[in-house]
Amino acid sequence: MNTKVSQPSPTTNLLEVKDLRVYYETPGGDILAVDSIDFELKEGETLGLVGESGCGKSTAAMGILQLVQPPGRIVSGEVRLQGKDLLTLSEGKMRQLRWSKLALIPQGAMNSLNPTMRIYRQIQDVILTHQTTGSDKLSADQIKNRILELLRMVGLPERIYQMYPHELSGGMKQRVCIAMAIALNPSLIIADESTSALDVVVQRVVAQTILRVKQMLGVSMIIIGHDMGLMAQIVDRIAVMYAGKIVEIAAVRDIFNNPSHPYTQLLIESIPSLKEQKPLKVTEGLTHDPRHPPPGCIFQLRCPIVTDQCRSIAPKAHLIRVEQSVACHAYENTDVARTV
Amino acid sequence: MTGKLDDRITFLGRKLGVFLLTVWTSATLIFIIPRLAPGDPIAAMIARMSQQSGYVENADKIIEGWRERFGLNDPPSIQYVRYLGNLFHFDLGYSMASFPATVSVMIGRALPWTVGLSLVSILATFLIGNFVGALLAWQKTPRWIKLCIPPTMIFTSIPGMLAAVALLYIFSFQLHRWLGLSAPLFPLRGAYGRGLEPGVSWPFILSVIHHGILPVTSIVLVRFGYWALGMRGMMITVEGEDYMHLARAKGLRPFYILYHYMIRNAILPQITGLALSLGTMVGGQVLVEIIFSYPGMGTLIYTAVRNQDFPVIQGATFIIIVGTATAVLLIDLLYPLIDPRISHQGK
Amino acid sequence: MTKPTRTSRTRDEDKLDTTTSPESAQLYDPDNQDLSQGRTSSLNRWDTPWFNWKLISGTAIVGIIVLIGIFGRFLWDTELVYVGKCPLNLPPVGFENSRGQTGTWSHPFGTENSGRDMLALTIIGAPNSLLVGFVAATIGIGIGILLGFISGFIGGLTDDLIRLLAGITITVPSLLVLIIIQSLVEQIGLFTMATLLAVFAWPGPTLVIRGQVMSMRESGYVQMARLSGASPLRIMFGEIMPNLLPYLAASFIGSVSGSILAAVGLETLGLGPQRVPTLGGTLYFALEAAALLRNMWWWLGIPIFILSLIFMGLLLINLGLDEIANPRLRKATE
Repeated sequence: MNTKVSQPSPTTNLLEVKDLRVYYETPGGDILAVDSIDFELKEGETLGLVGESGCGKSTAAMGILQLVQPPGRIVSGEVRLQGKDLLTLSEGKMRQLRWSKLALIPQGAMNSLNPTMRIYRQIQDVILTHQTTGSDKLSADQIKNRILELLRMVGLPERIYQMYPHELSGGMKQRVCIAMAIALNPSLIIADESTSALDVVVQRVVAQTILRVKQMLGVSMIIIGHDMGLMAQIVDRIAVMYAGKIVEIAAVRDIFNNPSHPYTQLLIESIPSLKEQKPLKVTEGLTHDPRHPPPGCIFQLRCPIVTDQCRSIAPKAHLIRVEQSVACHAYENTDVARTV
Repeated sequence: MTGKLDDRITFLGRKLGVFLLTVWTSATLIFIIPRLAPGDPIAAMIARMSQQSGYVENADKIIEGWRERFGLNDPPSIQYVRYLGNLFHFDLGYSMASFPATVSVMIGRALPWTVGLSLVSILATFLIGNFVGALLAWQKTPRWIKLCIPPTMIFTSIPGMLAAVALLYIFSFQLHRWLGLSAPLFPLRGAYGRGLEPGVSWPFILSVIHHGILPVTSIVLVRFGYWALGMRGMMITVEGEDYMHLARAKGLRPFYILYHYMIRNAILPQITGLALSLGTMVGGQVLVEIIFSYPGMGTLIYTAVRNQDFPVIQGATFIIIVGTATAVLLIDLLYPLIDPRISHQGK
Repeated sequence: MTKPTRTSRTRDEDKLDTTTSPESAQLYDPDNQDLSQGRTSSLNRWDTPWFNWKLISGTAIVGIIVLIGIFGRFLWDTELVYVGKCPLNLPPVGFENSRGQTGTWSHPFGTENSGRDMLALTIIGAPNSLLVGFVAATIGIGIGILLGFISGFIGGLTDDLIRLLAGITITVPSLLVLIIIQSLVEQIGLFTMATLLAVFAWPGPTLVIRGQVMSMRESGYVQMARLSGASPLRIMFGEIMPNLLPYLAASFIGSVSGSILAAVGLETLGLGPQRVPTLGGTLYFALEAAALLRNMWWWLGIPIFILSLIFMGLLLINLGLDEIANPRLRKATE
C-alpha cells in the first residue's frame, strides 16, 4: 500500500513481497505471525532478516516458499518471483518451481536430513525430480559427478557420498544442505537460521561456505537469523522484524552506523563490544497478545520514546535515507521521498 | 573397517545369546512347573484320566513310559540334564492320550498348518495395518478415505477368538440361510475339504485357501487397527521432523515423499513393535485355531488339555516358544538392514 | 536388545511442536499471554487434554460395567447364575429357539442348556473379568514402576539384566505357559489367576517406564533438580512421576486389556476358575455344547458382546491417554 520503499523496477527485482500475511489458527483466535510485510530483493543481492525468536521471520520465509503448514495459512499478499506470483500457482506448478528456482537451507541442521537415506540419494532425488524429460537428462555417471562436484564446492570429502546422516557432524550435515541447495542453480536461496544450532567455530565455517557459494554462483539470498554480528559480514541489506512486521529495512552500513527504529537501536546496542563497557540493556519485555495487537504501533509496549500518537495510529514506513526505511512516528518529517 | 566387523559380530552374538537364553529359560520352566505342582504329577494325571474315561487303556505302558521318560527315581539334576538332552534331539516323549504316537510326530503334523496360518495372518495384519495407518496420517489422503477407515477399526483389541466365533456364526451358519443358498459360504471346520489328499494339486490348494479365509480374517480384523493406530502416531511424529520440511521444500513428488521419507522412517519402530508383540499374536492365534478346529498347534494343545495329555502340552508349548523366539531373532537380525543407524552401534 | 517404546514418545517429549513454526509456539503460549494481558477465559478450564471424547466415552463404558457389578445384584436375582435355577435353552426376549419357545421377561437375555440365566451371568461375569484385569495390571504396573525406575536410574548391568528378563518374558507367548500351569492346578480362584497373569503383565510397563525415565533423567528440569541437591527419591516422585502419569495410565490400561485377554483365553479353554461364573467360562460351556450348531447364538453372542464392549472401552481410554501424552496426535485428530 503505502509502504513502498524504493521504486519498483521489475527488471532488476528478483523477488517482490507485498502485504504478505501469515496467520496461525488457535482456539483463542488467529495469531498474526506475519502481518503485512513488504520488501524487494534484487538480482544477486543478499538480504538479512533479523529479529528475536517468535517475531515471524521464519514464518515469513515459509510464506515465501509456500510451505506454511496447518494450522498456519497465508491470508493475503503477493510473492512475485521474477514477476510470477507464487500464490496463484497451482500446487503442481509450485512443486516444479521449488528448488529449481527457490532453495532452502533449513533451520534444524541436525535433523534436516532423512536418517534412512544415504547422502547421495538425498541430493540425487532432487536432481532427478526436477529433471525435465528430454535432452538435458543426465546419465547416472553425470549425476554422480555432479554430486561429487557439489560436495567439493562446499568443502566436503568424497567419502561423504556413500554415508548416512548419523555418521556426519552437525557442521558437515549443514554443508550437505548447502550443497543440496545449490544443486539446481536456483535463483534464490533462503537460509533459515542455518547456523544457529551450531557451535561458534562451526558457525564460522558454515557462514564462510555460504558466502563462498554465493560469490561463486552470484545467487540471491535471504538469510534469516538473530546474530547481528554474523549477519553484518554476509548480507547487503538488513530487514528488522518485530511482532510480525518489518520495522526497519536498510543497507547493512546504515543499520549499524545509524540505527533508526527504537527496536533496531536496542538490537544494535545489545551486541557486546570489547572496546567499550556498556551496561546491558534488557531488550526482553512485555509483548502484546499476538492474537490481538493493540491499535497503533506494535512496539509501543517496549518503546522508550512512546507517545500518545503511537498508541492510536500505526506508523507508516518513512524513507529517511536512500535505502533506509523506518516504520516509526519519530521520523514523520524526515522522509527524503514522500510516499503516498 | 574391522571395528565395524567387530560391532557386527557383537551384535550377532548378543541376539543369539538372548535367543538361546529364551529357549533355555522356557525349557527349564516347563521342566520345573510340573514338579512344583502338589503331588506326583503322573499319578495325579493317571487318576484324572481314569476319572474321566473310567478306564485308561495301556495304563501300565503309559506309566512305564513316563517313569522311563522322566527317570523319576534319579536325582532332579540328572533328570534335568537328560531332559535338556532329549529336547536338543527334539525327543519330546510319548503322548498319553494316543499312546504309541510320539509327541514329535504329532507336532510335526500340526506345525505346518500353524506356521502357514501365522505367516499369512501376521504378514497381512502388519501390511494392512501399516498401510491404513499411513493413509490415516498422510495429509494428501482424500477426505472420504479418512472418514471411512475409523469405523472399520471398531474390532481393534477384541480377542481374535471372539471375532472368530462371530464370523463363523455369520458366514458358516447363517448367511447362506438368509441368502437362500443350500450350502454354507465357508466351511465350518478344518484346514481342507474332506476326502482331499494333501499334496500339490489345485483342488487341495483352493480348499486350503477356502478354509483359511475365515481364520485369517478374524485375526486380521482384530489386529490391524493396532498397527494402524501405531503407524498413524509414528507418521504424525515423522510429519513434524525437520527432514520432512526440507523434503517439501525440495519439491519432491508427494508419493516419493510418502514412501521414502515418511513410511520408510515411520515403519522402523513398527517393526520393533512386531518383534515385541509376536508372543501375544501367537497366543491369540492358538485360540482362533481352536474355534475353527484348524489342525494346527492350537487345536493340538486344546485337545491335549482336555485329555490331560501333559507331554503333548509341554512339547507343543516348547515348540511354539522356540518358533516365536526364532521369529523374533530373525526380525532382530534383519532390522539393521533397514535401519542404518543400528548396525554401527552394535546395540 | 529390545527397544523400549513402540511409539517414539521419547523423541516427542523434548520438541513438542515443530509442525508449525517452532518460534511462534514458544512465544505465543496462550497461558502466558493471558497472564500478561490479564485476560481470563472461562473456556480454558475445559481446554485440557484430559477432556477428550475418547477418554470420556471409554471411561463411561468401563464405568457402566463397574456400576453393574456394584448395583446389579440389587436389581436382579444373581442366584440365577447357578446351574439348574431356570428353564433350559430359553432365547432372549423377542426371539424363538429351535424348539419354538419364545423368550420371556423373566429371563430377558435367555438361558443356556444347564439352566443358567444369561442376564445374571452378565451381571456377575463382566465385573469379574474387569476385576481380574485390574488386579493383574495393578500388580504388574507396581513391579513395572519399581523395575523401570531401577533400570532407568541405575543403568549399567542392572539395566541390562532387567531388559533381558523383560525381553525374554515378552517373547514367550504367556498364554501357553499359563495353560501349562492351569492344566496342572485343579482348582483356581479369581485372585490366584490374576496373580499368575501379573507374572506376564510387568514387562510392558517396565520397558515404557524405563525409556521415559532414561529420557527424563537427561532433561533440563531433572538436571536442575539434581544440581540443586534433591535426593534421588525426591527426583523420582517429585519431578519424574508427575510427568509419567499419562504413560503410566496408558500402560496400566494396556495391561488390564492384555490380562483380560489372557484370562478370557484360559477360561475359554476351560482352564479358568470353575466355581466363579465368568464370561470366558460361559464361552467354554457354549463351545462344548456346540451352541452354534444348535443355533443358540445368544449363549455365545451375549458374552462376546459384553467382552467386546469391555475391550472397546479400554481401547478408547488408551487412545485418549495417548493423545494426552503425545500432543501432536491431538492436533492431527482435529
